Amino acid sequence: MEMTASPSVNLSQVDSILQQRKGEMGAVIPILQETQEAYGYLPREVIERIADTMGLPFSQLYGVATFYSQFYLSRRGKNIIKVCDGTACHVRGAVRTVDTVHKDLGVSPGGTTDDYNFTFEVVYCLGACALAPVAVVNGQVKARCTAERMRQTLKEMTK
Amino acid sequence: MPQPSAMEQLRQLKEQAITEINARGDSATKITIGMGTCGIAAGAREVMHALLHELEALNLDATVVATGCVGLCSQEPLVDIEQPGGLRVTYGKVNPQMVPTLISEHLVKGHVLTQWAVARGSTTPAPVRPQPESVRSIPTYDDIPFYGMQVRIALRNCGVINPEEIQDYIVRGGYEALGRAIFEMSPEEIINTVKQAGLRGRGGAGFPTGLKWELTRKAPGDVKYIICNADEGDPGAFMDRSILEGDPHTVVEGMLIAARAIGATEGYVYCRAEYPLAIKRLQKAIEEAHERALLGENILGSDFSFDLHIKQGAGAFVCGEETALIASIEGRRGEPRPRPPFPAVSGLWGKPTSINNVETWANVPPIISHGAEWFSSIGTEKSKGTKVFALTGKVNKPGLVEVPMGITMQEIIYDIGGGIPNDKKFKAVQTGGPLGGCLPTSMLETPVDYDSLTSAGATMGSGGMIVIDEDTCMVEFAKFFLTFATDESCGQCTPCRVGGKRMLEVLTRITDGKGTMNDLKEIDQLAKTMADTSLCALGQLTPNPTLSSLRHFKEEFLAHIVDKKCPAGVCTALLHFDIVADKCKGCSLCLISCPTGAIEGARKQVHSINQDKCIKCGSCYDVCRLDAVIKS
Repeated sequence: MEMTASPSVNLSQVDSILQQRKGEMGAVIPILQETQEAYGYLPREVIERIADTMGLPFSQLYGVATFYSQFYLSRRGKNIIKVCDGTACHVRGAVRTVDTVHKDLGVSPGGTTDDYNFTFEVVYCLGACALAPVAVVNGQVKARCTAERMRQTLKEMTK
Repeated sequence: MPQPSAMEQLRQLKEQAITEINARGDSATKITIGMGTCGIAAGAREVMHALLHELEALNLDATVVATGCVGLCSQEPLVDIEQPGGLRVTYGKVNPQMVPTLISEHLVKGHVLTQWAVARGSTTPAPVRPQPESVRSIPTYDDIPFYGMQVRIALRNCGVINPEEIQDYIVRGGYEALGRAIFEMSPEEIINTVKQAGLRGRGGAGFPTGLKWELTRKAPGDVKYIICNADEGDPGAFMDRSILEGDPHTVVEGMLIAARAIGATEGYVYCRAEYPLAIKRLQKAIEEAHERALLGENILGSDFSFDLHIKQGAGAFVCGEETALIASIEGRRGEPRPRPPFPAVSGLWGKPTSINNVETWANVPPIISHGAEWFSSIGTEKSKGTKVFALTGKVNKPGLVEVPMGITMQEIIYDIGGGIPNDKKFKAVQTGGPLGGCLPTSMLETPVDYDSLTSAGATMGSGGMIVIDEDTCMVEFAKFFLTFATDESCGQCTPCRVGGKRMLEVLTRITDGKGTMNDLKEIDQLAKTMADTSLCALGQLTPNPTLSSLRHFKEEFLAHIVDKKCPAGVCTALLHFDIVADKCKGCSLCLISCPTGAIEGARKQVHSINQDKCIKCGSCYDVCRLDAVIKS
């Protein structure tokens, strides 16, 4: 998995998170989650800092960060588009919505546009199945988001 | 014998709740709006704002209450209006534009808007004002199978109370069961009650809950844990989300009761991060419970202490498996481990741990309050109680329903779910999520309970039921599940990591039109190996959807392999797109949409598709408004 090495990463944020959770049981994943929230993704230097501070091997932390799909080790786009392809959405045409985003933004699932404006992901079930097909645009759940609705939404965002 | 001081504690709790509710100054006129994640996604927030705005503008006396999911998702946003002396009416598919009319007609003038109404309360006790014929024509809650056939135990408060106000929960009997468990029952009595009730795990495996608690209690050690598995990763399942968003206290109370019975002092709710609203409401519930000495040290003044924490998942389906979940809390990769030892003996941080599903927890307070006999009188002989199902897919009324075990598939899909939309034919219903199986038309009379479904080759799973019609290709469907399962494999053991991939390759060959009869043998062999040798249930059950599809729809597989055709018209590699000459007007919409320039034709002249260049993407089919493009 490609990691973005940033020339100067400000470590004060992660240090503060580590300080707050010092001594807490089962803190590894919450720390990674909070850190990602603060930095937008998990830069290598930050993972190294967490490993150092917590006394864990870097490889172990790297193993955890790469296991869970929630963690990103490279920079993401300004706008995050997630299309659900869970069973109920799949059966209600999610594939067409996925294709639409692929075509209109020119980025495949899991990728980020070159201008870092959009990151596109396919996810598997957000739990709003009765309103399938479902998409999430910047944290906002869009119900009944057919390919046409998605096309409209993307048009408005790229104006 | 209950100590006067203990019952006094409970009485005070209830009285305090009533006082606070009265102090809220709630109007007798109540407007309820469903604000679960799906309600909000359908636009409930905007509707709520419109309601508040309109009420203020007209200076009307009414209280707007935001509740969790009612379950009639197909009609979201749902708004209920209840006035003293009038009927409770549920309005469906409400948008902000409808609000002024709703308020002025129904609230002010008392005219029910029958064209928007979905259901109403019955006329007994007789309302003060006589109701016109048109109102009586609206079906009552009991008339509508969606409501009338449900028995809501786990969902008893969802859609009724405001999940962010503990007073609402208390006033409806909340935490009374906890009081009984602490002051009137011994730990053994609590466990026996749950055992006799016959509650089985609602997460999918159906293990007897009382037995699990007993094993954990008996395991040696002073430190014990309780965990709530809220990782609900099955696509198509949102029962747990709805319970956590609509009634988080029932889970808190259930866990407290178990902690008392087992002797645990700490608990964790492991909730997937994709459920931010559920996490937020649970967080609030825990804070409120702390404020009232229902969590923390010396609960309700007793010597029982229990603390509850929330852990967020990080996007791994396999973490729904209990040992992977435990690994995740411990900060490791979510890789399951062999059992024994079972978590009841050695779980979180090596201590005895009882893990139960959200819905299981939600059933515990009513069982303690109403007794084992009451619970075991519902359901079938070996599957007691009710089950919450998430009915989705090609069905007219998708949503959430809680029904007694033993009801048939037919009743759920046709009576409650309203059948298949657009006059399409039912093909199958998929149960048990991506590791389950499907039931075709011939098995619609199957009763829904743990054992009947297993013998039919499907599974209960967590309760997701996805209805598919004639437009779904069973081969592609099986491939879809395999793609998901192989993606989510933790990678630890070879049978799952490699076996899943090989099986996916076989199915991809078949859907690409390159399958052979030998592939069917390969599927069989791979399935047997994975089922026998995978480390955990993910690997063991990955072949199930494929085996189930093959069992009931072999002719479709043969069509793909032998005839190189996809009967449902889905597998693009096997499709053939053509333009019908006498329907084509030469508008060139298809030509423009074609990504490879495979369509030829001058304006206003009949167009044609160059099959050599066609990549079968279907854009022309989608875009043509005259049905001139056909696929075969």
